[in-house]
Amino acid sequence: MEQTLFDKIWNDHQVAELDDGSFLVYIDRVFLHERTGSVALSSLAESGRAVRNPAQVFGTVDHIIDTTPGRSDRTRMPGGEAFVRAMRELSRQAGIRFIDIHDRRQGISHLVSAEQGIALPGLTLVCPDSHTCTLGALGTLAWGIGSSECEHAMATETLRLKKPGQMQVRCDGELPAGVTAKDLALHLIGRHSAAGGRGFAIEFCGSTVERLPLAGRATLCNMAVEFSAFTALVAPDEKTLAYVEQRPLAPAGDQLASARQYWERLHTDPGARFDLQLTIDAADVAPTVTWGTSPQHAVAVDGRVPDPRHIADEQERRTTELAMAYMDLAPGTAVRDLAIDGAFIGSCTNSRLPDLRAAAAVLDGNRVADGITAICVPGSSAIKREAEAEGLDEVFRAAGFEWRESGCSLCFYAGGEGFPTGARVISSTNRNFEGRQGRGVRTHLASPATVAASAIAGRIADCRETTARP
Amino acid sequence: MKPLRQHQGVAVPLLRINIDTDAIIPSREMKRVSKKGLGQGLFAGWRYRYEGDEKVGPEPEFALNQPAYAGASILLAGANFGCGSSREHAVWALAEYGFRVLVAPSFGSIFRNNCIRNGLLPVTLPAEQVETLADSLQPDPQQRRIKVDLEARVIETADGRTLEFSIDEAARKTLLDGLDAIEVTLRHDDAIQAFKAADRQRRAWASLWPE
Ligand code: SF4
Repeated sequence: MEQTLFDKIWNDHQVAELDDGSFLVYIDRVFLHERTGSVALSSLAESGRAVRNPAQVFGTVDHIIDTTPGRSDRTRMPGGEAFVRAMRELSRQAGIRFIDIHDRRQGISHLVSAEQGIALPGLTLVCPDSHTCTLGALGTLAWGIGSSECEHAMATETLRLKKPGQMQVRCDGELPAGVTAKDLALHLIGRHSAAGGRGFAIEFCGSTVERLPLAGRATLCNMAVEFSAFTALVAPDEKTLAYVEQRPLAPAGDQLASARQYWERLHTDPGARFDLQLTIDAADVAPTVTWGTSPQHAVAVDGRVPDPRHIADEQERRTTELAMAYMDLAPGTAVRDLAIDGAFIGSCTNSRLPDLRAAAAVLDGNRVADGITAICVPGSSAIKREAEAEGLDEVFRAAGFEWRESGCSLCFYAGGEGFPTGARVISSTNRNFEGRQGRGVRTHLASPATVAASAIAGRIADCRETTARP
Repeated sequence: MKPLRQHQGVAVPLLRINIDTDAIIPSREMKRVSKKGLGQGLFAGWRYRYEGDEKVGPEPEFALNQPAYAGASILLAGANFGCGSSREHAVWALAEYGFRVLVAPSFGSIFRNNCIRNGLLPVTLPAEQVETLADSLQPDPQQRRIKVDLEARVIETADGRTLEFSIDEAARKTLLDGLDAIEVTLRHDDAIQAFKAADRQRRAWASLWPE
């Protein structure tokens, strides 16, 4: 029978079908970070259970560590040090591989998993972090779980799951100039709502997706959780295999040959069934920005804040009004040209090398507008080194951006650092929730190029109209 | 885990959609490597008044701070409740505050799993029915308590209306018996070991060995 990519991976991990209709699914890799992984490890130890297969469990520090140069265990979050130290100590006790703060491999969990070859096509990987779905870009079946489920995965090497539905999102054609995977993701969520993918494992496919670099696919899969999907996948192709084969933890020798054979069958068979199919024409996607407090509040950069009077559903209307009040925006306001106070480039959504290059291309020879706080945080220490080797750090600095050490940083205000209360910020991250980047901070989500263009203009700008001045 | 069969309590409505886990427990409220001490931080952004970053007292407008809803243990919410981050702290905070049942048209999927793992019952009902429940609380939510029966899968309002709900068997069983999920899974350990042995043949490349 014709199978989808998801079916193939799922079937090879199904340990048992349980009498309540759920499945026991084998988990190949577990990744932890100091914020929630520390809690899972400590709770597991307290319950007297061990990590069953420590060789498959990894951890790092990214969420609350400081990202300013010269950092130490000390974080800006009161008590944050305790998480960093607990993670280090509990990892040692559990015998898992831990990538510490000054390790060359340190970075945001989902980037480290990819860079180190912890995530590979066809594996299952879980992490107590919702953006674990990012790794679907490599054809890894990866998803976010809670701390208790994480304990379960470590203690049993399995998880109990209901089988999700399957959705195919097909995008064909060439993205217009200045339009990126981020815009595509926001466009999708804006059109089909933040709950549009609920209960589904999504496969992104079509010529647009095939053409995307792995970084773009990662951005797309990363945003799947903002679409409420269980997770997302992109079928591995030559681009993927060329990348994963170079990773430190990739199989070698004969093992690599058999892995390759296995990976080459990881695609959806023609005629396989999906529960739901959506299509997007790449030509319809414009640089996209959010105006509100849900990723579904997305409009083209020349679009406007809606008028709640035109929303029929009462709860939807009330929620929209609350979002507008929080964002301090009147109905019908044009998004473009809203004055901003801050700009942030970073996070597991958009902090890979191509993202930094795209922003640098806009920034080159320009200056950030007066009074704007502009910060760039590369997603991993490896990316930071590569960017510096290309001189990108110089471009960012010359334009007036801060250039930092890698981590989650201002993506979520956990290191205790946020933008000032009430600030309006344009950000390459994934969540514009209330308070996400600081108390009362108003976040507008956008692509790195749009963030860069807006930082220069001091207002939300169309990146297609900003020219570099080399 | 405490089993949950029937529960009766004061309900509080928070009928907006997409209430995310950052709103349920802001990251700055997650202060220790622990599942405890989170109840105070529940809905902190809405529940307190601030001067700068300092809390200066309760926000009287917020439902949980109103005497009518004191001691609430049932939360009525809008669609997609608990969307966003995977932080289980959101569930620990709700549970520590005293919530045992959440009713909404839909839930964030990681959040929903976390609820079940922690003995918190997520009931899915259409938005109109959630509104019906909210209306049934007035004029005195303290008197007009709601009754939830997980065995019979019904909710009963103080004015005598009953609403049926459905829930998957796996979740229902876990909640009714207060089961420890790891223990239940380890009953299948033979199957896990057999799977691993076969898998090592089929996908030898996927195994990692200790350093
Ligand atoms: S960068 Fe932001 S979204 Fe990504 S893992 Fe870190 S905190 Fe979460």
